[in-house]
Amino acid sequence: VMFSRVLSVARRQRTGRGWQNWSSGRSGVSAAEAHSVALPAEAQVVICGGGIMGTSVAYHLSKMGWKDIVLLEQGRLAAGSTRFCAGILSTARHLTIEQKMADYSNKLYHQLEHETGIQTGYIRTGSIFLAQTQDRLISLKRINSRLNVIGIPSEIISPKKVAELHPLLNVHDLVGAMHVPEDAVVSSADVALALASAASQNGVQIYDRTSVLHVMVKKGQVTGVETDKGQIECQYFVNCAGQWAYELGLSNEEPVSIPLHACEHFYLLTRPWETPLQSNTPTIVDADGRIYIRNWQGGILSGGFEKNPKPIFTEGKNQLEIQNLQEDWDHFEPLLSSLLRRMPELETLEIMKLVNCPETFTPDMRCIMGESPAVQGYFVLAGMNSAGLSFGGGAGRYLAEWMVHGYPSESIWELDLKRFGALQSSRTFLRHRVMEVMPLLYDLKVPRWDFQTGRQLRTSPLYDRLDAQGARWMEKHGFERPKYFVPPDKDLLALEQSKTFYKPDWFDIVESEVKCCKEAVCVIDMSSFTKFEITSTGDQALEILQYLFSNDLDVPVGHIVHTGMLNEGGGYENDCSIARLSKRSFFMISPTDQQVHCWAWLKKHMPEDSNLLLEDVTWKYTALNLIGPRAVDVLSELSYAPMTPDHFPSLFCKEMSVGYANGIRVMSMTHTGEPGFMLYIPIEYALHVYNEVMSVGQKYGIRNAGYYALRSLRIEKFFAFWGQDLNTLTTPLECGRESRVKLDKGMDFIGRDALVQQKQNGVYKRLTMFILDDHDTDLDLWPWWGEPIYRNGQYAGKTTSSAYSYTLERHVCLGFVHNFSEDTGEEQVVTADFINRGEYEIDIAGHRFQAKAKLYPVASLFTHKRRKDDVELSDLHGK
Amino acid sequence: MRASRTNERLARNGRDCLTPMTSQSWLAARCFSAPPFSTRAWPSSLLPAHSPVRSQSGGGKCFGPDVRAGQGGGPAGQGVGQLGARGRTPGSYAGRLGGRAWWCRSCSGRFLVGKKQPLSCVPGIPVRSSSLPLFSDAMPAPTQLFFPLIRNCELSRVYGTACYCHHKHLCCPSPYVPQSRLRYAPHPAYATFCRPKESWWQYTQGRRYASTPQRFYLTPPQVNSILKANEYSFKVPEFDGKNVSSVLGFDSNQLPANAPIEDRRSAATCLQTRGMLLGVFDGHAGCACSQAVSERLFYYIAVSLLPHETLLEIENAVESGRALLPILQWHKHPNDYFSKEASKLYFNSLRTYWQELIDLNTGESTDIDVKEALINAFKRLDNDISLEAQVGDPNSFLNYLVLRVAFSGATACVAHVDGVDLHVANTGDSRAMLGVQEEDGSWSAVTLSNDHNAQNERELERLKLEHPKNEAKSVVKQDRLLGLLMPFRAFGDVKFKWSIDLQKRVIESGPDQLNDNEYTKFIPPNYYTPPYLTAEPEVTYHRLRPQDKFLVLATDGLWETMHRQDVVRIVGEYLTGMHHQQPIAVGGYKVTLGQMHGLLTERRAKMSSVFEDQNAATHLIRHAVGNNEFGTVDHERLSKMLSLPEELARMYRDDITIIVVQFNSHVVGAYQNQE
Repeated sequence: VMFSRVLSVARRQRTGRGWQNWSSGRSGVSAAEAHSVALPAEAQVVICGGGIMGTSVAYHLSKMGWKDIVLLEQGRLAAGSTRFCAGILSTARHLTIEQKMADYSNKLYHQLEHETGIQTGYIRTGSIFLAQTQDRLISLKRINSRLNVIGIPSEIISPKKVAELHPLLNVHDLVGAMHVPEDAVVSSADVALALASAASQNGVQIYDRTSVLHVMVKKGQVTGVETDKGQIECQYFVNCAGQWAYELGLSNEEPVSIPLHACEHFYLLTRPWETPLQSNTPTIVDADGRIYIRNWQGGILSGGFEKNPKPIFTEGKNQLEIQNLQEDWDHFEPLLSSLLRRMPELETLEIMKLVNCPETFTPDMRCIMGESPAVQGYFVLAGMNSAGLSFGGGAGRYLAEWMVHGYPSESIWELDLKRFGALQSSRTFLRHRVMEVMPLLYDLKVPRWDFQTGRQLRTSPLYDRLDAQGARWMEKHGFERPKYFVPPDKDLLALEQSKTFYKPDWFDIVESEVKCCKEAVCVIDMSSFTKFEITSTGDQALEILQYLFSNDLDVPVGHIVHTGMLNEGGGYENDCSIARLSKRSFFMISPTDQQVHCWAWLKKHMPEDSNLLLEDVTWKYTALNLIGPRAVDVLSELSYAPMTPDHFPSLFCKEMSVGYANGIRVMSMTHTGEPGFMLYIPIEYALHVYNEVMSVGQKYGIRNAGYYALRSLRIEKFFAFWGQDLNTLTTPLECGRESRVKLDKGMDFIGRDALVQQKQNGVYKRLTMFILDDHDTDLDLWPWWGEPIYRNGQYAGKTTSSAYSYTLERHVCLGFVHNFSEDTGEEQVVTADFINRGEYEIDIAGHRFQAKAKLYPVASLFTHKRRKDDVELSDLHGK
Repeated sequence: MRASRTNERLARNGRDCLTPMTSQSWLAARCFSAPPFSTRAWPSSLLPAHSPVRSQSGGGKCFGPDVRAGQGGGPAGQGVGQLGARGRTPGSYAGRLGGRAWWCRSCSGRFLVGKKQPLSCVPGIPVRSSSLPLFSDAMPAPTQLFFPLIRNCELSRVYGTACYCHHKHLCCPSPYVPQSRLRYAPHPAYATFCRPKESWWQYTQGRRYASTPQRFYLTPPQVNSILKANEYSFKVPEFDGKNVSSVLGFDSNQLPANAPIEDRRSAATCLQTRGMLLGVFDGHAGCACSQAVSERLFYYIAVSLLPHETLLEIENAVESGRALLPILQWHKHPNDYFSKEASKLYFNSLRTYWQELIDLNTGESTDIDVKEALINAFKRLDNDISLEAQVGDPNSFLNYLVLRVAFSGATACVAHVDGVDLHVANTGDSRAMLGVQEEDGSWSAVTLSNDHNAQNERELERLKLEHPKNEAKSVVKQDRLLGLLMPFRAFGDVKFKWSIDLQKRVIESGPDQLNDNEYTKFIPPNYYTPPYLTAEPEVTYHRLRPQDKFLVLATDGLWETMHRQDVVRIVGEYLTGMHHQQPIAVGGYKVTLGQMHGLLTERRAKMSSVFEDQNAATHLIRHAVGNNEFGTVDHERLSKMLSLPEELARMYRDDITIIVVQFNSHVVGAYQNQE
């Protein structure tokens, strides 16, 4: 009953076709009427936000059988960005998970009118992505080959074909285009209303003009919601508040950090063309011209992502502001010029309106979903980077699955709220970063791109030293990490010119670093790694770790164990190394971006026990990775202790002195498979130890190295990394890590049942190493990640990471091989035999390269190629 | 300075030094070595330095007067001979020479008529922009235009005009004392004193540079980076979303012509009293004095403005070693430095001053008169500069410093803004100009200071009254104080203040650098009844009105290139352009995409010329240096002017320093309504 009233009000306003009649429509509802409706006292789920995200979550939750749901909207349904949305549904996305979400949304919206009887304006127009440059075409080809393998039809077409598909386009400056025929346009506000209507029929209660003031939390668990109309007790809260999600998150007593920021976004509406444009005229995306163009009521709708965006609402604003944003023609001028260049005939078309609608952007151009790491039951779905309509259906579904089943059916780590911490929540940071992100939407996305804004937030104490020695930096989780070191006599290209899909300009630099790691010794500053310490008074620490980790941690003191933190399904929640410092304390090293995720997982599963202490010591230690055969010599000279394998076996941890500094944790592992040591140094000793290592190391040819060298080394040794190769849906058995799982360690652990079952039934995918055979490093496109893998001509999976191996002088890709049934497409068991009997190809932007598949790194490949008399004079130079 | 010295050397050595020069270099050298001509040839009353006569017809008109001044027949003949020997047609070289001569002549013409030479008529900056061998093939178009004109003149005459250089301090020692804006008439020793370290080779270096056979053009970004190198902006911070100060903020900038620049600027907010201080300082005979004044004067003013209790509090804090109350909040460009070495000395002098203020205070009147405070501060600082030089300092570096400060000079133009009360204290020939927006939106200029130079009748009168009647003719000669100094009031310049005895005593007991110097023997001619010079400022008061939008403080480098009315108009249009660019709205009108696009492109083109500068002072300098005859900025001209080598730059322009203070009309209006 409640909803039908809301809906009818909303529908009435929609009749005027939205944009123009907005303000007059506002007065249509009597405030008193809305006030008279009392909120329920309790519900299982409260969703905040009546835009497309909130309604989609409500729709999917109710479909999955959850009925006790309340949806609150501060204004009216489908207001905000949803109302102003340009209504383009496009599946051409860079991430597979985004492609899948958009594809699902497309299918959902397509049948929504049939399901609910509400017109959504869905028209399958298709879309055309134009390429003005060869690099853009490469980018489109990469997307194209990935779209095809997940079943979305698309093709690369010639400019001539483009002209046939769209009557008004100027195609003279194009080198090609991509056509996605099943993309659609749709009225996003109507979609949101349709979703709300369907949800309402399934029992969801919808209240508009109700603002959430803050969320009530007890013991890290959502207990209810405080609104301006009263309280609602609930177990789950979903924050779909769009650009207000940030402020709503911070309004809690225990703030939930949701890093997003709004920018003004402009698009133009025109009156109809003399001969009105066909309603199925394809949507045009001219990313090089920074604009999109779709047909709109016989005229066009065109907007874009300018180079100089205008961030707004940095200081926080109320909802009314969104209605009154000013048009800014001068700001729009470059986009208008671009539009008229693309469609010169539009000159005579009459302007109707320049719409200014705020859009939210996130620090890494990916949307934000998932559960808060700090507050259980607090879910978020926001920060759509102006692709809310495309993602709405899919994202709502994954979030609903997450709430109902505890995890979504796909790995969504790339979108997980927990990839951020509080450190990305500074308003200044967000303001600066979104100004870079918004133009990036239409910039060329090339491999190894680093954000330029919001940098130098977290740095190691050695930052200045390394920077002075030519370090070039990349950022992970706010931490600056060296990529490589530019020698003083070498000049690299400027940032813009260095963008390439081919061999990068740092190739030789990294080669010399890798060579030094192989033959002498290198130092890599790896301080960014997440470091936790778990200690207890009794055996509690060991017990909980045995329960959380798959490997046996009851090892003698001083040993290091590589192990995974698994979920119920046996998938990796975290992949880490744990050193047993003493009987009762453990030191845990995880990837950098695990800081929030891993902490949340541990906190969630650890018992309330004052005798069990978990501490994040990331900031306390500077980590230096000493890689190479001569690392032993350097370290023994500095510590007066024998470091040979007899005294210091592999995977061993000792506290010792290095130089004058005492209490350095030295571990015999390098994360690369090369010989060497990790030094965990209390930060106040960092500079001293570094200086000592560098000066003693001089005679062994020591030099600095960066993460690119590390990456090349680890990938050629088939070392998978969590977050790139591994995710919550990959089990140790699927990546050949049976040895790191101790099913019979005499204790149950999370995920054990799943693994036992998998061991019996076999795995359905297998992480495999591919060595590209007929690939010319200098001339061919480089693999990146996400390239489709073909086995005997059949699609078999995608790569997850790749690097050039300077040892093999070949490119190496890691990726998962599936066994899709030729008849049904169903996944079948993958055996070692299956892998070995296949002929493989990797598809890089439409070109397939032959690849050799390996299940284990081949030791024989790494025997030294150089003979003794190969020594050059240059080897005598200090590095 | 550098060029002036070498100039004299050249002159003293006669033409001997020319003989070994190459044919390419002699042209450059010629400019310095040929006999000077005197601008006194024309009555200065016809050509007042600050009332520009627009030369509409470009160069042609200016050409006339110069021709008659030619004296350099000899060298010109020599030059032609050399050229001929190299197998060039005399005609083409005449053209070349013409270009050269034209340039130099027009340079002198520039300050005669108070307007920059029409650079567009000048074949580049000839020495740099094209080499001789290149010339016959690629004669710049303007030269071709003027070629017949020049050919018809006697070469010697043309050449003769080429020798006069627009130079800051002095050109050549001669019975003809060069006129116009030069601060000092020539004395060879003076230059040596001011720049003792430089040696002859620097001249040859400069010469080589000048004859580099390359054509340099600065790109717009390069031009901008030069123009913006010294720009500084300050916005008065807002509290609670409201700016309660009558000053919105200020823009300032400097463009050097001397190397190093002799101008200085300062800006600071008084922390213990209300009000903001802004000042420009034009140094001469080096930058020592202007530097000292720029870092010290505001402290003297601020102290003069402090109430008795605050002075006591500060003195007690110093006495007991407690933290001091901060007096000034400086607003400094990173290039504006303070001398660390002398800060102790300066502090002690300042402290003595406030101690005296404390002792003098009878405790009766609490009202502090700003005008009086300004005058006291100026006089006191000048007195301290003088005393410090007399007393000396055991530290030899400091001792030399205080002497250099005292023997060099500086003018000062300082504004004090407090609410609607605007005081301008001026000593010398810098100016403060108020930009007033009339009701019809047009701009008019209100001068808030008087120049203290020969163009000011009242100053002439004052000087004559201050000295015996028999000095009436010698006290101001050739529009200069004692025939030497252009400004009639200045800080430092103890040569014009101390008795001859005192000067000799100080110099004898001074450091060796001073003693070795020829300058020590130099006493101004007709020096009978010192002091001839004072630092006492003339203080003007103006009560701000809502139509008073901004104040321009600038050294004479700006005022001699631009008329005050143009200055105010350019700043006014710049500031309103910044603020009143109306956004476009389609409203209910029928507008097509094409129309809108045309409109926007037009707006952008219009804006880009204004928005190229974020700083009003930079914008003004761009106009001052780059304006062509149509009053719009000409990039080519700007590029040429800015790529002049150091030696030549000061022939075309003086150091320019500008501060543009913007007033907050709302606050000013509110003050008005209160009363």
